[in-house]
Amino acid sequence: MFPGAFTYSRPATVSDAVALLVDNPDAKILAGGHSLVPAMKLRLAMPSALVDLRDITELQGVEASDDSVTIRAMATYNDVRDHEGAAAALPILVEAINVVGDAQVRDHGTLVGSLVHNDPAADLTAVALALGGDVHATGPNGDRSISLDDFFVDLWTTTLEPDEVVTHVTLNRPSQHSRMAYRKFAHPASGYAIVGVAAVLGMDGDTVSQARVALTGAASTATRLSSVETAITGQALTEESVEAAIRDVTAGLTINGDQFAPEAYRAHLVEVLTKRALLGTQA
Amino acid sequence: MTDTEQMQKTLVSMTVNGVERSAEVESRTLLVHYLRDHLGLTGTHVGCDTSQCGACVVNVDGRTTKACTFFAVQVQGATVETIEGLAHDGVYHPVQEGFWEEHGLQCGYCTPGMIMSSVSLLKRNPNPTDAEIRHELEGNICRCTGYENIVRSVRYAAEKVRAGS
Ligand SMILES: Cc1cc2nc3c(=O)[nH]c(=O)nc-3n(C[C@H](O)[C@H](O)[C@H](O)COP(=O)(O)OP(=O)(O)OC[C@H]3O[C@@H](n4cnc5c(N)ncnc54)[C@H](O)[C@@H]3O)c2cc1C
Ligand code: FES
Ligand code: FES
Repeated sequence: MFPGAFTYSRPATVSDAVALLVDNPDAKILAGGHSLVPAMKLRLAMPSALVDLRDITELQGVEASDDSVTIRAMATYNDVRDHEGAAAALPILVEAINVVGDAQVRDHGTLVGSLVHNDPAADLTAVALALGGDVHATGPNGDRSISLDDFFVDLWTTTLEPDEVVTHVTLNRPSQHSRMAYRKFAHPASGYAIVGVAAVLGMDGDTVSQARVALTGAASTATRLSSVETAITGQALTEESVEAAIRDVTAGLTINGDQFAPEAYRAHLVEVLTKRALLGTQA
Repeated sequence: MTDTEQMQKTLVSMTVNGVERSAEVESRTLLVHYLRDHLGLTGTHVGCDTSQCGACVVNVDGRTTKACTFFAVQVQGATVETIEGLAHDGVYHPVQEGFWEEHGLQCGYCTPGMIMSSVSLLKRNPNPTDAEIRHELEGNICRCTGYENIVRSVRYAAEKVRAGS
């Protein structure tokens, strides 16, 4: 398969990359290419120019500090998974990365690319949302930060502007007394999430003092399950409290349905996986 | 985009199996076609052409790579290892030997990709469990063997490498 023709460039700096995007509104950023290249081969995407970020050294790497983990734009899934500081601070990243695609996808796909692409069945969108944090972007008007809570809009759509480059994402590192888990029911052929749920809980002894719970796969974009977050906060984490908290989990959500997983089936999976994620959280 | 732009070719160079290679290709030329059609290295196969099957796997700068999901221009300047580069002086690489000894192939179509993925899996984890072997080979699909002998082949290679070191 051959995609449409395009011009290819490898700028050395973020500002050069932004300039190339401003010059050509039809240009696209190329990171690991594991969403964009397959889409171009199917001619679902036909950008006339690709701006490859691979030579920009400031976009490489992962850092862990006391209150956050910084993942730069060109850090691959495996770069994140193999970073000891990040893995120790946010074990949910390792858990989720291990169920993304396959070894080749993990060796080239970037976490930031997954957030920007915002596939409705992506894994790390829900995980990032459950952790909370900020997406940092540079555009023709300078730098800005976008809270992850305001980043995902709809199917393949975010609040990023077409001439902005995401430089990095900072994911919040919850307090010491926290528990987290990601649970996924994967499509047996594609491996993408039919439903995935990420839960990050702050604990005060046995009581949930803070909760961020996010869903992927089931709706048009990753989204927080606020009814569950509210219901579980202040409760001990037991089978009963979780059962009660997930009672209205799908209320207000438009659940996708398709041949493989009709709406009612997916809605049921949302309940099951939310329960498993909450009860499966680990310190 | 004008026709001349569409036809524009660039010289793409990389080190393939230890040798400097280059060819003039369009920016949309996939790495797998660069290797097969321009360099004549037809050991790397095209199975699905949609990033699912792993028949096209090669190593690029130490990373396991589906060559159908990369443009050759992205790999400009990189070091590429393909199935043709594994044997030296008529001696098979331990993974190749494993596939031979443990009957890890039938039709052989998936085998180059399967072997290249296994080589990089053993570099990362020289002593994998069967579950780890299966997990790391999830991107490689085999329509013949049922995978059992492939897992045995990788185990054989792992033991051989460990015994040799
Ligand atoms: C076989 C296969 C299986 C997969 N399975 C899964 C799975 O199970 N779960 C899952 O979540 N994903 C899966 N994926 C998708 C994979 O996770 C994504 O391709 C990857 O994370 C996206 O990152 P990338 O670097 O490949 O992005 P690219 O494909 O390079 O880019 C994706 C999009 O984001 C834009 N972009 C990327 N980086 C930036 C940036 N820094 N600034 C601005 N725009 C940017 C690009 O312009 C493009 O529109 C799979 C992919 C394949 C091929
Ligand atoms: S041909 Fe590349 S993954 Fe199938
Ligand atoms: S041996 Fe035939 S596809 Fe694997």
